[in-house]
Amino acid sequence: MSTMNRARLGILGGTLALLAAAAGAPAARAQSGWSLINMPRGVTDVSAKIYGLHMMAFWVCVGIAVVVFGVMIWSLIFHRRSRGAVADVTLVHNTRVEIVWTTIPVLILIAMAVPAANVLVRINNNANAKLDIRVTGFQWGWQYDYVGSGVSFVSKLDYRSDAARELDSGIDPDTVPHYLLNVDHPLVVPTGTKIRLLVTSVDVIHSWWLPDFGVKRDAIPGYINEVSFTVDPNRPGVYRGQCTELCGRDHAYMPVVVRAVSPADFAAWLKQQQALQKQGVDLSAQTPAPSG
Amino acid sequence: MAEPHVETTVHADHEHKPHGWRRWVFATNHKDIGTMYLILACLMFFIGGSAAMVIRAELFKPGMQLVDPGMFNSLTTLHGLIMIFGAIMPAWVGLANWMIPLQIGAPDMALPRLNNLSFWILPFAFTLLIGTLFVPGSAPAGGWTMYPPLTLQFGSSFPMLIFAIHLMGVSSILGAINVIVTIMNLRAPGMTLLRMPLFVWTWLITAFLLIAVMPVLAGAVTMMLTDHFFGTSFFNAAGGGDPVMFQHIFWFFGHPEVYIMILPAFGVISEIIPTFSRKPLFGYEAMVYATASIAFLSFIVWAHHMFTVGLPVTAQLFFMFSTMLIAVPTGVKVFNWVATMWKGSLSFEPPMLFAVAFLFLFSIGGFSGLMLALVPADYQYHGTYFVVAHFHYVLVTGAAFAIMGAVYYWLPKWSGRMYNMALAKWHFWLSTIFVNVLFFPQHFLGLAGMPRRIPDYAVQFTDWNMVSSIGGFAFGLSQLLLPYIVWQCVRAGKPVEGNRAWDGAHGLEWELPSPPPFHSWTVPPSDALIARGAEH
Repeated sequence: MSTMNRARLGILGGTLALLAAAAGAPAARAQSGWSLINMPRGVTDVSAKIYGLHMMAFWVCVGIAVVVFGVMIWSLIFHRRSRGAVADVTLVHNTRVEIVWTTIPVLILIAMAVPAANVLVRINNNANAKLDIRVTGFQWGWQYDYVGSGVSFVSKLDYRSDAARELDSGIDPDTVPHYLLNVDHPLVVPTGTKIRLLVTSVDVIHSWWLPDFGVKRDAIPGYINEVSFTVDPNRPGVYRGQCTELCGRDHAYMPVVVRAVSPADFAAWLKQQQALQKQGVDLSAQTPAPSG
Repeated sequence: MAEPHVETTVHADHEHKPHGWRRWVFATNHKDIGTMYLILACLMFFIGGSAAMVIRAELFKPGMQLVDPGMFNSLTTLHGLIMIFGAIMPAWVGLANWMIPLQIGAPDMALPRLNNLSFWILPFAFTLLIGTLFVPGSAPAGGWTMYPPLTLQFGSSFPMLIFAIHLMGVSSILGAINVIVTIMNLRAPGMTLLRMPLFVWTWLITAFLLIAVMPVLAGAVTMMLTDHFFGTSFFNAAGGGDPVMFQHIFWFFGHPEVYIMILPAFGVISEIIPTFSRKPLFGYEAMVYATASIAFLSFIVWAHHMFTVGLPVTAQLFFMFSTMLIAVPTGVKVFNWVATMWKGSLSFEPPMLFAVAFLFLFSIGGFSGLMLALVPADYQYHGTYFVVAHFHYVLVTGAAFAIMGAVYYWLPKWSGRMYNMALAKWHFWLSTIFVNVLFFPQHFLGLAGMPRRIPDYAVQFTDWNMVSSIGGFAFGLSQLLLPYIVWQCVRAGKPVEGNRAWDGAHGLEWELPSPPPFHSWTVPPSDALIARGAEH
């Protein structure tokens, strides 16, 4: 076996050994981190389209890599001086091959650009939404306002995460439910309904991201950004994301949590919130998070 | 044909070379200035790298173990600014200073005193930047991208940051002017543009990019300065301004900036691969045109850094298409390098090892870049570790590996000595293995949902973060080998026999002795010498 190939096996072995060592590290957690290597397909129309585009792009890149790296590896093995290869110094330019390997990439790119443009235009259609929610980022949390209903509250990092995250808190993050991904008041939305978010900020730039929804939009002071989605009616549940634009000291501590429920449950919940507000209850008041 | 007469070391004995500290403070010699830039770059690489070590240490496990989140953000900011403006860019300027005059048959750079100023600005600039750690409020913590309104929330460090950026910008602009004037005016007779080595071509084009965009950065940060101190509202929505306008102006600089960091790398790879394939560079003219195309296209892609700010859909479409287009000339270059190796006679000394690693790993960075170009997919990638993985692949295994390859390639020429090749190969293999352990898992983290610029994370991200941090520590440690190897070579390396350290090397620099005399090409090279060097 050549030095090069021996070395490559060494790299593989070394990497596996490192992974094994790290895997042996303490704390078994409920969801294995090792399997988290890809974008989720998610639960909305938007997220599914994005996932499809992402996987298409990924496989195209793998295909190109196999071909190009394959040629390189062939050359590295068979054209080595130590193997007796003699350089063919007449192989210096070839206009035809330049044209071919310019044209083929252009064709591949066009084949990728068409579906990408299609998805882009379709997911940016914010018309005919049934529910508008204003999302306001601030340092360091989110305010949610259900436009037209009077229901409005602040969503901040759950108190247990907030205690554990302090320097030398002595609290093991593994013991905190949904560490850094839990809030006191999640956003509640109905499934099977087109929802439009109106995203803005009152101080610096933030970004509202929910990976399972395929939704990310920057929250910028002076701007109101529109983004819309429909949650699959078969996928109610609690979904978690984070702020994704550096916004100061506690940028890592303003999660995005959404509870998607059936339209009937949503209507009931909204009515209940309106009633509470009428009684003078502050919807933003700190209470233990219900969703774990 | 008789051997043309070349500068010999006999003349070196009679050279009037300045001595002591004056030689360096008042340096006007391109070799001395090049050396100073490279030493500065190496120092900044380790300072920026130390910040990265703290970052990876904090990210080793969830929970906060080492630093306050504000300090973490400062370290992230300084890491980016120092690596870009203190390590990569000065390293390229150092290599340009050393090699351009040697490669075009010129006695020195066209503007030697300007060259001195360009260098000596930098230690002041970096003292100011690193000094922000010690003022009230500590170092700026808005990321190297310095977006307002966030950056305006930092107190005493803010004007120091802006001043440091201005100083670095002036240094770059003056250096770029020097490069262009030198290449256009001081080429030896017979050294036509299309006979120049690719390294000179890529630097010529890079210099135009620098002059075009550094003033734009200066404008952006000056507008932030006046917003903060003089009551303007360029980026303040309450005053009628627009925070997104900063992003447009910044990235109009920022995107060409990343090509400024990679084009000279393309030049270096185009020097190394032919030498160790013992074959001329395949498609020389195509390579020149591809480089020029990349430079032109780099001006019309900037908003791909801004796909989530709420641009009109038409704008998002335009920038998606233009960004995808850049893959074409870049691919052409990769294919030409592979064609250079094809049916060559390959050997794998350290420069070639770094060049081959560049080909594989920079291409991986290119693939993640293509994925990032697709706007809907970018809605999920933007602001996550997927982006961090992408740009570290192109900047570390791309630009930084090319710089290391260049040092291993030309160090025998600069010093007249060969370094410890076994140790250099250790440096290579440790770097290559651990840079992948460090950055490849970051693709997974980004796709799985981990944002960037966070000091702490949800527990499901622990496993890959641990792997990445282990890779980081090992990669960082293995870099200590490089300055040791260089130091040991310069002091006590085995003298190189003859001018040509590598049997396949072509180019005017290899027609000079190793080390070249303090003043080289005081007599321009003959056309025969140029022809022998050009060999294509």
